[in-house]
Amino acid sequence: MSLITLIPLFPLIGFLINGLGYKKISHSLVAPIGIGASVLSFICTVLVFLQFKETGETIVQPLFSWITVGGFDVSFAFQIDQLSILMLFIITGVGSLIHLYSMGYMGHDAGYGKFFAYLNLFLFSMLLLVMGANYLIMFIGWEGVGLCSYLLIGFWNKRSDFGDAARKAFIMNRVGDLGFLIGIFLIVKQFGTLEYLSVFEQAKGLQVGDISVMFITFCLFIGAMGKSAQIPLFTWLPDAMAGPTPVSALIHAATMVTSGIYMVVRSNVLYTLSPDTLEFVAWIGTFTAVLAASIAIFQNDIKKVLAYSTVSQLGYMFIGLGVMAYTSGFFHVITHAFFKALLFLGAGSVIHAMSDEQDIRKMGGLWSKIKITAVTFLIGTIAISGLPPFAGFFSKDEILAHVFEHNKLMWALGMLGSFMTSFYMFRLFFLTFTGEFRGSKEQKEHLHESPSSMTIPLMALAALSIVGGFIGFPEIFHLPHALADFMAPIYDNSKAVFAGFGEVHVEHSTEWILMLTSVAVALVALILAYVLYVKQGSRPAADGEISGIKKWLADKYYLDEAYNAVFVNTTEKLSVFFGNVLDTKVIDGAVNGLGTLVGLCNKWIGKLQTGSTGFYLILMGGAIAVILFLNMGNELLESLNHIFKAQTK
Amino acid sequence: MENQLPAIPDVITQIPLTNYVLLASILFVIGIFGVFTRKNAIIILMSIELMLNAVNLLMVAFSAYRSDPNGQVFVFFIMAVAAAEVAVGLAIIVMIYRNVRSIDINLLDKLRG
Repeated sequence: MSLITLIPLFPLIGFLINGLGYKKISHSLVAPIGIGASVLSFICTVLVFLQFKETGETIVQPLFSWITVGGFDVSFAFQIDQLSILMLFIITGVGSLIHLYSMGYMGHDAGYGKFFAYLNLFLFSMLLLVMGANYLIMFIGWEGVGLCSYLLIGFWNKRSDFGDAARKAFIMNRVGDLGFLIGIFLIVKQFGTLEYLSVFEQAKGLQVGDISVMFITFCLFIGAMGKSAQIPLFTWLPDAMAGPTPVSALIHAATMVTSGIYMVVRSNVLYTLSPDTLEFVAWIGTFTAVLAASIAIFQNDIKKVLAYSTVSQLGYMFIGLGVMAYTSGFFHVITHAFFKALLFLGAGSVIHAMSDEQDIRKMGGLWSKIKITAVTFLIGTIAISGLPPFAGFFSKDEILAHVFEHNKLMWALGMLGSFMTSFYMFRLFFLTFTGEFRGSKEQKEHLHESPSSMTIPLMALAALSIVGGFIGFPEIFHLPHALADFMAPIYDNSKAVFAGFGEVHVEHSTEWILMLTSVAVALVALILAYVLYVKQGSRPAADGEISGIKKWLADKYYLDEAYNAVFVNTTEKLSVFFGNVLDTKVIDGAVNGLGTLVGLCNKWIGKLQTGSTGFYLILMGGAIAVILFLNMGNELLESLNHIFKAQTK
Repeated sequence: MENQLPAIPDVITQIPLTNYVLLASILFVIGIFGVFTRKNAIIILMSIELMLNAVNLLMVAFSAYRSDPNGQVFVFFIMAVAAAEVAVGLAIIVMIYRNVRSIDINLLDKLRG
């Protein structure tokens, strides 16, 4: 039993213990088991990393041969390289912190054991997704996280709208998964194997712009659109906020939604081979980033703001990937995991303090009441807004520098999104933590800081959000870009197929200007938010009082309504037509018609069955006569003819 | 021709084969007619025998005209089998009579649809 195998095994065991013994395990044991599984995985990850560091060679650890059909062979194997190590650190590290947080947050919930079982199952699926050595294992994990997402969004299944949100997430992801699956089939058809190493080895021999690779990458990206919530499949993620807050932090901010980015970085050779797909990815990312950010400005639910912000940040990651800056995109995955998990957990802490109130119009002035939460939340806000020296600045800036080189319009849109990001985050912060308290009396008396099991993860993530960016300094600081150096081996194949891979031709002066521009933009947005919400003290209007463009944005561009009208309604209409017309009239008619026909036959042919032997004998004789006539009728007629002629002579 | 059959004796050829065929056909048709029209099971059985014998007669005639004794041997087999068959048939008819007190086949219509 090697260390690599242990990593996903611990959460699986944790899930089995908590899941099967849901009724028997005592309340005090549940959390230690769940957290223990996650922490042990993290420890194993560290040990594997130390092993891996010595050689730096990709380790493929086969467990067993899974599917062998003819020449097609899929092994159940784990692959450890720079990319999966990084993902493992994010998943097990941030995951452990969120598990710890859940202990406090879900402590009074009736489904405490169930919750931890699901969390462990999710961890297991996600680990499979990033550790698998071929696309099929990735697909198992891909489906597994989808399932856990569904289970956890609908965790409080007493409320039917939460169940609807869960189903929406599940079904929208199915749409993407179909694309992913077709991509996998195309890979099998093209390369005859699913193992990463041999697929990428063969891909090296292809030309840039190869049409089949374009289709493969496009289909895989459709899968990523679903999981990573890009236009047009992003509307499930805001609804996913129906789940408990730790879920939003772990699944819908730090891990599952980044699996699309992981998949693209993993298949970087294929994407490098098809510039058309990359261009498409970049534009989708751009539009998603801007659109989601603009929606976030007018949201009044603390978790909804963060949800749209996640969609928007995922858009930035895809912009990075689309301009072939895979490292920058992935860098943003790492930093985003830190600060978005932090923000979500902070929001959870706020909700906890406000006794389950999520509307920021009813908050305000919480700064002095819940100090730790407020400070960590501020750190997260600064980090996501892209103000140096916190984490978000480095990764976002790197992406934008690459985009500037690639396409100026895209860069301008990215900047616009960046401005809006900073604005809505500080709007959220100011409305929640400054000014007067706007909630009810009971809420005011109830205000209290969360227990330490919740604040420790907050502080840890805050620390990571501060220093997380230092793993990738921009070139102009003449400091090492540790992440790029570490991840370089992953792109060997991409370098082989694309001569200019990874080279940036931006002047240092330009880069300085870009950096200062983005900081200035973030600062202007901050000041604007400050003036609006602190100095002028303006408050978001009640739901019925907004109009025009504000309403358009607050109602999310009516995308949900459009989807309802186009897809849901059509499907319903069709199903009504099929169910009430086609099924009852045509199908049932045909089936029953057959039955009636047989009945009629029985009625008529049954009359032949008289039971009288004589009649049967006559039938038999008649039949024999007919057969004889058929066989010898011609001769008979001829001989009769002969006789007739002889007579008439 | 390998096994040349011996020539047909003159005595036999004095009556043309057609007569035999005609007679056998007439008998056979009478048998069919009996089977079709009568209701009494025993008469039907007799009619069947008549048909069998018509065929037997045909067979004997052909074998004589070919000077081939095989046919005549077969005729004896057919007679033996027919006798056995009639025995079985009569046994069945007796059982029917015990059950129904009649051997009219039109009363036996339990199998009607």
